[in-house]
Amino acid sequence: MSRYIQNFLKFNPLLGELVARDIKIKYRRSVLGVFWTLLNPLCMMIILSIVFSNLFKFDIENFPLYILSGQVIFNFYSDSTSGAMSSIIGSAALIKKVYVPKYLFVISRVFSSFINLMASFTALLIVMVATRTELHWTVFLVPIPLFLLVLFSLGIGLALAAITVKFRDIMHLYNVFVTALLYLTPVIYPMSILPPWLYKVVMLNPITNILMMFRDVMLENTIFNMTSLIIAILESLLSLGVGLYIFYKNQDQFILNI
Amino acid sequence: MDKKTVVKVEDVSMKFNLSSEKFDSFKEYVIKSLKNQVSYDEFWALKHVSFEVMQGDSLGLIGLNGSGKSTMLKTIAGVLKPTEGVVTVNGNVAPLIELGAGFDFDLTAKENVYLNGALLGYSRKMMDGYYNDIVEFSELSEFMNVPVKNFSSGMVSRLAFAIATIGTPDILIVDEVLSVGDFRFQQKCEGRIRRMMKEGTTILFVSHSIEQVKSICNKIVWLEKGRLKKFGKTSEICEEYSKCY
Repeated sequence: MSRYIQNFLKFNPLLGELVARDIKIKYRRSVLGVFWTLLNPLCMMIILSIVFSNLFKFDIENFPLYILSGQVIFNFYSDSTSGAMSSIIGSAALIKKVYVPKYLFVISRVFSSFINLMASFTALLIVMVATRTELHWTVFLVPIPLFLLVLFSLGIGLALAAITVKFRDIMHLYNVFVTALLYLTPVIYPMSILPPWLYKVVMLNPITNILMMFRDVMLENTIFNMTSLIIAILESLLSLGVGLYIFYKNQDQFILNI
Repeated sequence: MDKKTVVKVEDVSMKFNLSSEKFDSFKEYVIKSLKNQVSYDEFWALKHVSFEVMQGDSLGLIGLNGSGKSTMLKTIAGVLKPTEGVVTVNGNVAPLIELGAGFDFDLTAKENVYLNGALLGYSRKMMDGYYNDIVEFSELSEFMNVPVKNFSSGMVSRLAFAIATIGTPDILIVDEVLSVGDFRFQQKCEGRIRRMMKEGTTILFVSHSIEQVKSICNKIVWLEKGRLKKFGKTSEICEEYSKCY
């Protein structure tokens, strides 16, 4: 165990550099640079709320905020897991030549997505202030669902990264899966419109639970109940555990397959 | 002086599956494994290789193409895990395996210095201390803010060499890198390697130029088709090697 920790400490600077690289490359040569992380969710919110408040009418007060909060959470999940999935293959040149703990590539992708999450979270706060929505003290509880979401996505990302090295099909399959998942998460629609059987299915989705916790503290001014917190913790830990296990079992084979 | 063993290679074998690319799709894999048809062509890149390197030694690996030299270095660097046998390494390894492997070509030279430093396990603060030395040695001071993709291959390898040889690593792995750059820079690199040897760094050196091996190494591992053919002092083996080819 101490060997792992020592190794992690030695390569700790690398994690920072990898995250910095991801961010730098993403916004190099763009005029507005990092502002895009802020602008992007705002533009998406405007489009979606125009579309959905005219085409389909949902009974939700402050619909733009509802959509934006859903997007903040779901985009982080889809961004971080698809990034993590291709991280090992994308770093093939490095992995073949230098010894580096391989999980670092996955973690760095999840972290750089987290930085994007912080930016879109700022966008959410800006919209809340602009629309004069009341901010309540429950906002301070927001790190809890976010932290659980990061753990959950990291676990999924680790598992995906390891499996994708062996089966590239997963990459194509996962895109479809994420789209399906988007509709199984109450990002654009309210839970109340769902028929009972679909309601159960949507509730089985771990992201739904985390998203609802997030909305509770951000928009609803209520504290999420204990049951959903415990379920979220268990799901995140399970995902992380399984992800780590799959990754650890396969990591020595990576070099033979990339 | 009491010398300790820094690299110990015990009975190492490395197996590759040649046709593993065939099972790129999950469906195919499932079907074939159900039918029990998952068979690979095996290829042993290394077979039962054992040797030891003491501190301060400089070991040359020689052999024809495909004799397993690079595989051997990769197992020592920790990139590959041997199928059988054990590689024990005491100390930190600075790999020079193919210069520029760690570069991100979209980043500038300066950013790459820090990224590569981190790959070798140096923090940003430590790299600040080495930065001037790197710029000076690579003679690229005017180009540090240029993205590396616009560099010539000579410039890339100069920068990479300068980064990889900062500080005094316990073990330095040099894989046919002295063949890059012009004559003057090659001499400069050789000079730096010699200085590191004096400070106690162990060198693992791969080259096809027997002259270079002769001038740098004191011990030689001669590989042939993945097997250890000879291991011993440079003077004896070089003579035999030249006779053979």
